[in-house]
Amino acid sequence: MTGNFFYFLTFLTLFAAIGVVVSKNPVYSVLFMILTFFALTGHYILLNAQFLAAVNFIVYMGAIMVLFLFVIMFLNMREDTEQHKPVLSKIAAAIAGGILFVVMIAALKDVNTQMMQPAVFDSQIGMVENLGKVLFRDYLLPFELASVLFLAAMAGAVMLGKREPGEQNRF
Amino acid sequence: MQSLSNRAKKLEKKPMNFSERMYLPAIFQGLSITMRHFFKKKATIKYPEETRPMSAVWRGLHVLKRDEKGRERCTACGLCAVACPAEAITMVAGERKRGEENLYREEKYAISYEINMLRCIFCGLCEEACPKAAIFLQNDKVAPARYERDEFIYGKDRLVEPMPIQNL
Amino acid sequence: MELSLLLIKGLIIFAVFGITLLIATYSTYAERKVAAFIQDRVGPNRAGPFGLAQPLADAVKLFFKEEFVPANANKFLFIAGPSLAMLTACMSSAVIPFGGTLIIGGEAIHLQAIEVNIGILYVFGIVALGVYGIMIGGWASNNKFSLLGAIRAASQNISYELAMGMSIIALLLVTGTLSMRDIAAQQGQELFGISGLNWNIFYQPVGFLIFIICAFAETNRVPFDLPECETELVGGYHTEYSSMGMGLYLFAEYVNIFVASAVMATLYFGGYNFPFMHQLGLPHNVVTILGTVVLFAKIFFFIFFFMWVRWTLPRFRYDQLMNLGWKILIPLSILNVIVTGGAILLKAELF
Repeated sequence: MTGNFFYFLTFLTLFAAIGVVVSKNPVYSVLFMILTFFALTGHYILLNAQFLAAVNFIVYMGAIMVLFLFVIMFLNMREDTEQHKPVLSKIAAAIAGGILFVVMIAALKDVNTQMMQPAVFDSQIGMVENLGKVLFRDYLLPFELASVLFLAAMAGAVMLGKREPGEQNRF
Repeated sequence: MQSLSNRAKKLEKKPMNFSERMYLPAIFQGLSITMRHFFKKKATIKYPEETRPMSAVWRGLHVLKRDEKGRERCTACGLCAVACPAEAITMVAGERKRGEENLYREEKYAISYEINMLRCIFCGLCEEACPKAAIFLQNDKVAPARYERDEFIYGKDRLVEPMPIQNL
Repeated sequence: MELSLLLIKGLIIFAVFGITLLIATYSTYAERKVAAFIQDRVGPNRAGPFGLAQPLADAVKLFFKEEFVPANANKFLFIAGPSLAMLTACMSSAVIPFGGTLIIGGEAIHLQAIEVNIGILYVFGIVALGVYGIMIGGWASNNKFSLLGAIRAASQNISYELAMGMSIIALLLVTGTLSMRDIAAQQGQELFGISGLNWNIFYQPVGFLIFIICAFAETNRVPFDLPECETELVGGYHTEYSSMGMGLYLFAEYVNIFVASAVMATLYFGGYNFPFMHQLGLPHNVVTILGTVVLFAKIFFFIFFFMWVRWTLPRFRYDQLMNLGWKILIPLSILNVIVTGGAILLKAELF
C-alpha cells in the first residue's frame, strides 16, 4: 500500500517537474511547480516527517508559489508574447542542464544507501518536538546564522525597494 | 467669510489621540449602533398580507359618478379641464338625443372624456371645480403601472362608474 | 474491531462534512437575515416558513442558470478555479475537534475526523492554499478586473498570513503543542477553581485580536473584501462567473467563515469546554454532548460576528490594508511573541 503510494507520488512528481520545463505558458509552469511541491509534501509524509511536510506545504506552496504566480500574472506573460530565443542559447542551456544532471547522477551513484533497521528506527524522529530539540540544541549556531542571513536579505530588499529622496514614482 | 447666521461651527482638526488611532473604540461604537438596530422595530410592511393605512383624504384614481338613477352626472361643462393645472383632461361635448334620458342626466353630455394619467398630478382641483359633483378621486385605487404610454390615457370606458346592480 | 473503528471514523468524517456544508448553506440565509435586521428590514421570508427554504431556492436558481465561459478564457483553469476554492475550503475542517470523547461500550470515540499532531499547521496550510482557487479563476477569466482581483487576493493573503502565523506562534508558546485535540483538552483545566475555563483568550488577548483581524482578511470578508470590491472592480475575481461557478465561490467563502469560526473557538475560546463542566457531576457522555453543543454555540456566535462586522464597517482602501498588515499587525504580533516568551520565562523563574 505505502509502496504503491510511493510510486504514484514519484510518478506525479516527475510528471509535474517535466511539465514545469516543457509547458510553453508560464502560468502552466507555475501550476505544475505547485503540483511538484504538493507531491513532495506527500513524500515527506511518507518519510514520517510531518512537520517538514507542513512547513513545505505552508512556505513553498502557500507563500512562495503564490508570489511566483503573482509576479507572472502581474507581468501578464502569455504564449504569444514570448519572444523566440536564439538556437545558441537553447544549446547552451541543454549542455548546462545535462552537465548538472551528470554531476547529480555521479554524486548519487556512490551513495551508501542505508536500509532501515527496525530495531533502532525511531518513528518519532520527524515529529515537531524532536526536530525542535535537534535544531535548538545540536544545530543552534547554524540555525541562528541562517536566520541572520534572512534578516540581512530582508534588510537588503527593503533598502533596494526604498524610494530615494526626490525620486519620482516610476509607474 | 463672515457667517450670516452665526450658527456655523468651526471645524477643528486636532491630531488623533492614541485611542482614536487604535480605531477599536470607534469600531465597537459602530458595532453597538448596528446591534441596536438589530432589535429595533422593522419598517417593512409585508405587502400582500398587510397594507399601508391610507389617509381618509388620500387622492387616487378618478371616477365619473352616476346619479341615483344610474345616469351620468357629467355635463361636459369643461370646468375641470380649465381647473386642471397639468392640463390632463380633455373632453368632447355632445347633445343628448331623445330616448337617452335614462343615460345622461343633463341635456349636454361628454361624448368622450379622457384623462392622461401621466400628466395628472392628483391634486383634486377637478373635483373641487365640478358643479355637478360628477368627478371624484377615489381613496382606494391607484393608476397601476403599464407598458405603453397610450394605455395611460383613460377614456370613459375606464373612468365612468359601472352601473349599479339594481338598474341592470 | 478494525472494521468498526473504520466505520465510526467514516461516519464522523461524513458527519463533519455534512455539517460543514449545511452550516455554509444556512450561512447564506443568515447573512441576508442579519443584513436585513441591522438595516431595519425583514429579509427573505417568502420561501417556506420564515424564508427557511431560501438557500434551496438560491441553489436551484444557480444550478439552472447558464454556465457561461468567456470567449478567450482558459477553459480548464476557468472551471478548475472555483472547484479548487471549494476543495480547499472543505478540507480544512478535518482536524477540528468537535467534542471530547464518547464512551460507547468501553470504547472511547473522539469526535474529531482526523487527529494529526500538527493540526494547526494543517489548517494554516490548507487556508494558505485557498488563495489559488481565487488566483487561478481570476487569471483564467481573461478579464482585467478579474486579474486585478486575483492579484489583490494573492498579496492580501500573503501579507496577513505572516501576522496570523505570528499570533499562532505566541499561542503555541502558551500551549506547547501543535495538536488541536491537545489544545482543546488543555483548556478544560481549572482556572480560579472553575473547571473548563482555562481558555487561551485570557493568556493571549492581543494574539486573539490579531488572529481575528487576519481571519477576516484570509476569508476575504468586509472590511477586507478588496478582491471582490464591487465599487472598484465590478465583481473582482468572480466578475466573469455565472451559475454554479459563482455559487461555488460564494459557498467556499461561507465554508471558510465556518472553519475560521471553528478554529477561533477551538484555539482561543475553550473549544468544547464550558465553565463548571466537571463540577456539575453529570455523566461523561452527557458532558461531551453538551460540550459539542456549546462549541457550536461559540461557532455560531463567531459566524454572526463576521456578519455583524460586515454590515457595520466600510471597506478599507488598498494602501490602508497593506499599512495595517505590514506596519501594525506584524510588528504587534512579533512584540506579542516576545512578551509571551518573556512571561513564560519569568513564570518558570518565579514559580
